[in-house]
Amino acid sequence: MVATLRFTLWLAVAVVAAAVLGWLFRAVLTRIAPANAARLLRSAPLSASFGMAVIVFYLLVAILAPTIAPFGEREVVGAQFMPASSEFLLGTDNLGRDMFSRLVFGVRNTVSIAFITTALAFAVGAVLGLLAATVSGWIDQLLSRVVDVLMAIPALIFQLLLLTIVGTSIINMILVIALIDSTRVFRLARAVAMNIVVMDYIEAAKLRGEGLWRLIIREIMPNAAAPLVAEFGLRFCFVFLSISALSFLGLGIQPPTADLGSMVRDNATLITFGEVTPLLPAGAIALLTVAVNFVVDWMLHRASGLKE
Amino acid sequence: MNGNPADGRFGAVSRRSLLRGATALGTAALLPLGSGRAAAQPKQGGTLRLAMAHGSSTDSYDPAMLENAFAQLFATARNGYMTEIAADGSLTGDIAESWEASPDARVWTFKLREGVTFHSGKPVTAEDVIASLDYHRGEESTSAAKPIVAPIVEIAADGPGTVVVTLESGNADFPFVISDYHLPILPATDGRIDPLSPDGCGGYVVESYEPGVRASMTRNPNYWKLPDRAHFDAVELLTIIDAAARQNALITGEVDVIDQVDVNTVHLLQRAPGVQILSTTGTQHFTFAMDTRAAPFSDNNVRLALKYAIDRQELLDKVLNGYGALGNDQPVGPSDRFFADLPQRAYDPDKAKFHLKEAGLDTLQVPLSAADAAFPGAVDAAVLYSEQAAAAGITIDVIREPNDGYWSNVWMVKPFVAVYWSGRPTADWMFSTAYAAGVAWNDTFWDNERFNQLLNEARSELDETKRAEMYREMQLLVRDDGGVVIPMFASYVMGLSDAIGHPEQVGANWTLDGFRAVERWWFA
Amino acid sequence: MSDIWWMILRRLALGVLTLFVVTLLIFGAIQLLPGDPAQAILGQAATPETLAALRTELGLDLPAWQRYLNWISGVLHGDFGVSLANKRPISELIAGRLANTLFLALYAAVIAVPLSLALGILAALWRGSWFDRAINVLTLSSISFPEFFVAYILIFWLAQSGLFPSISNIPPGAPLAEKLYRTFLPALTLTLVVTAHMMRMTRAAIINLLASPYIEMARLKGMGPTRVIVHHALPNALAPIINVVALNLAYLITGVVVVEVVFVYPGLGQLMVDSVAKRDIPVVQAAALIFAAAYILLNLAADVLSTLSNPRLVNKR
Repeated sequence: MVATLRFTLWLAVAVVAAAVLGWLFRAVLTRIAPANAARLLRSAPLSASFGMAVIVFYLLVAILAPTIAPFGEREVVGAQFMPASSEFLLGTDNLGRDMFSRLVFGVRNTVSIAFITTALAFAVGAVLGLLAATVSGWIDQLLSRVVDVLMAIPALIFQLLLLTIVGTSIINMILVIALIDSTRVFRLARAVAMNIVVMDYIEAAKLRGEGLWRLIIREIMPNAAAPLVAEFGLRFCFVFLSISALSFLGLGIQPPTADLGSMVRDNATLITFGEVTPLLPAGAIALLTVAVNFVVDWMLHRASGLKE
Repeated sequence: MNGNPADGRFGAVSRRSLLRGATALGTAALLPLGSGRAAAQPKQGGTLRLAMAHGSSTDSYDPAMLENAFAQLFATARNGYMTEIAADGSLTGDIAESWEASPDARVWTFKLREGVTFHSGKPVTAEDVIASLDYHRGEESTSAAKPIVAPIVEIAADGPGTVVVTLESGNADFPFVISDYHLPILPATDGRIDPLSPDGCGGYVVESYEPGVRASMTRNPNYWKLPDRAHFDAVELLTIIDAAARQNALITGEVDVIDQVDVNTVHLLQRAPGVQILSTTGTQHFTFAMDTRAAPFSDNNVRLALKYAIDRQELLDKVLNGYGALGNDQPVGPSDRFFADLPQRAYDPDKAKFHLKEAGLDTLQVPLSAADAAFPGAVDAAVLYSEQAAAAGITIDVIREPNDGYWSNVWMVKPFVAVYWSGRPTADWMFSTAYAAGVAWNDTFWDNERFNQLLNEARSELDETKRAEMYREMQLLVRDDGGVVIPMFASYVMGLSDAIGHPEQVGANWTLDGFRAVERWWFA
Repeated sequence: MSDIWWMILRRLALGVLTLFVVTLLIFGAIQLLPGDPAQAILGQAATPETLAALRTELGLDLPAWQRYLNWISGVLHGDFGVSLANKRPISELIAGRLANTLFLALYAAVIAVPLSLALGILAALWRGSWFDRAINVLTLSSISFPEFFVAYILIFWLAQSGLFPSISNIPPGAPLAEKLYRTFLPALTLTLVVTAHMMRMTRAAIINLLASPYIEMARLKGMGPTRVIVHHALPNALAPIINVVALNLAYLITGVVVVEVVFVYPGLGQLMVDSVAKRDIPVVQAAALIFAAAYILLNLAADVLSTLSNPRLVNKR
């Protein structure tokens, strides 16, 4: 009973803190931003402001990691599993490395890898998907069948096969995950665009003689953007999970490089004893995911044209 | 017992007991010694649910394979063997009641125990023994035990109850060798065994087996070791690969015994009510093996530099959480009767630098391949090693290799790799498996003339004192010239429900009481 | 309507072609993997002699294309062959595990699909409210944790207190109720893993339509917001929703290795991973065929349904 009460209390504190953070961030930003951006920002709901604040925070951490972290990424500085203290803010990990420093570097490494991977997957998947839906015919058939084949093989197994063949390096991992993710994006983009290309205004645009790329970028893309953006927010955090699952198979990022997914994996057994250590890297992933998707929700809302 | 443990030291065997072995179960080796839960009287009954970290859907009954601990323990539970390594590391008879060697230890005569039957009811005869050993011999054999039986020149029956084995050269440890888990005695028809049959002459009869999932067995009512062994009415073996799931299954009472407790969380598991932790330190050791043919490892000064650049104590503390013993760059453990108590090598960056200089180098950069398939925590161990070696001016680039295919694509392929060795019950067996020149698993490709000569001489040497002296020199040679860094011997750490009772002395040659927990333990 | 049947037929034919390409691809990929079945099966215990002997025994001395032809002609005759690693007939190996996999997938889907549709619709209806935010935060947090981590948390909460068993160890011949009870935690884990994706897509697809003129019209007619969403927005938002649902259903069948491992549930995923590790090609191929077929059929169903949901598409074809 006391535990529940305390939990509720902390939850309330966290929600209020998040709201205040969002409000402050918006207030500061509207001051310093140029006029038209400020107008846009003022319309942002608190959740989106909070999301942006968190994203900016992560970006800062990623850029300034070596300055923020008190110890090196791979430096062994103490005994294993030392409790949190003024020297080691979050204690040490199983090898006696500073947990806080590992987290900071983990954010830097993982966020950049996840962003590059997702961006790549979307660039390839969305463009091809929209293209396939717009031109249809044999290009659509070919692309769809290739994607069918690639998607018909379970993702984890496929990643395992490909990475074992080409060897594990960060670049290979980005390419392999992006390839597999892009097939999912392709399908969604194509499905969404299929509904758009049969609309009358597209027919009209075609009759006007608009070129293919213009048609895709000017007419179809804006209307297909909403579900794609929503998907982006999710795919982004799925990359963290893919890396984590790969480290489960021993194919993840090379040690001693810190990454959040492997850190969850390495400490996961502790959670079944009620220890909160693994919640730190997992929480770091979750916080970023929630933040990104709050911003996505706002953009979605704006894209829908709803005024309320 | 015909042979008495000579001087009471752990694992000691007198020359007489070695050459003329026999057994009476329920005496010395198995008699519970002290008091307390572990030593309470065995009681019959109950179903043991035992969960192991291994087991694959590709497993089978075939004794030539048995590639993981689940398959090995399962084989030991259903099968009988010629000899058995007792809990104290000494050798006792199983199907072989007694044995005798020719003076040059080349011809061994085994007398089979009478009245032992297979689960099908067929009595065990010399023909079965010959067919069972023959299965692993010959051109077409794909058995993992092929190198073990390769020195056998001839196996012949001398009546239904006697088997005579002739070796190409003397081996004083041969009765130890045929205790190997790959060599169960199976029923023969027309001189051949059916390797895929579940039949055997061990303590438990297979009811059902789903590879990679579970095996159910019930007690063999005709087991010859009854009532001293096989206390459980039935046994269920489960594969639970995930460490957290295994520990939770024990905590929530879904299973009674688990193996491979995650040493990082063992202190937390210990706190759980109704759970006891059992750990045994035997021959299992973890190594970093260098290819001594390849530069820079071909220079012994480089090897020595790498041996001085590792902090064994820190690895033992952090990777094994203290569950193990310090290694000394040679594979013979303290439980071996020929263990030579050499001075312990310690972490010394200055000496490492000195040896680098001797090798004509200022700095050294080497890749080190590791994967958790090599041993649990291998990647962490390699990362720690690389941090420690940095102080000696040595850069170790840790490469995490895929778990998949580690043993075929990395081990004995890459120049510097992490390796797991379960160890062998005798020094000769260990050395001739992985240190003799040219043998299949010599993973350091080490070729030391003096060592090879000593190894051959010691194998057929019957004077125990002389033999001990020879093995001492061999251990020294491996330690100071060999291509292997052995930071630690690792304990087998198991979790038991409080309801489980076991003898005071628990076998350390393999996990789970030398794979015999199923027949040696009981519900208290 | 005959257009739809024509499409189904064509897609089924294409599906068979896809399956064929998948088997080629998997076979090729396994050939490219370092190490062959003999090495993988013998593992640390391999010696040059035993390797050579096992290669002959397994027929690995034949060229790859010939082994593939042998395999596929067997399959066309309904014979999937035997496992290279343990000589057991593959049909026997797979049958039980396939049933387990489908059971768990169905169990999770029955919980997850209605739940995520309902949550998605409610979130769209009350968009921007505290309910919307809370549901979003909850589902997003649950998918940003790796599956094994979600599973551990559930074990910690629900199994250590004794409510549910921590492993899904189902004795043969257990009644349905017991099966449901024992597999509740894996099903719940999977539900948490897939719900966010489907729920968010439902919400996004509906919101995307709310500014359309025809919705405005309905609203101006004085229709209540629930009615607007359920009767007017939802039907037109179905295409992307159906697609995401199909993707997630396919995932429930093909992607649950980790959950199988944590809850010790003998499904196809674990079999396939074990077999890849042993380069046990016939078993990998059989499992891949099943996974691919499941995916193709679900996809086809999704396309048929989304076509039916959009009259313009029906008429176009």
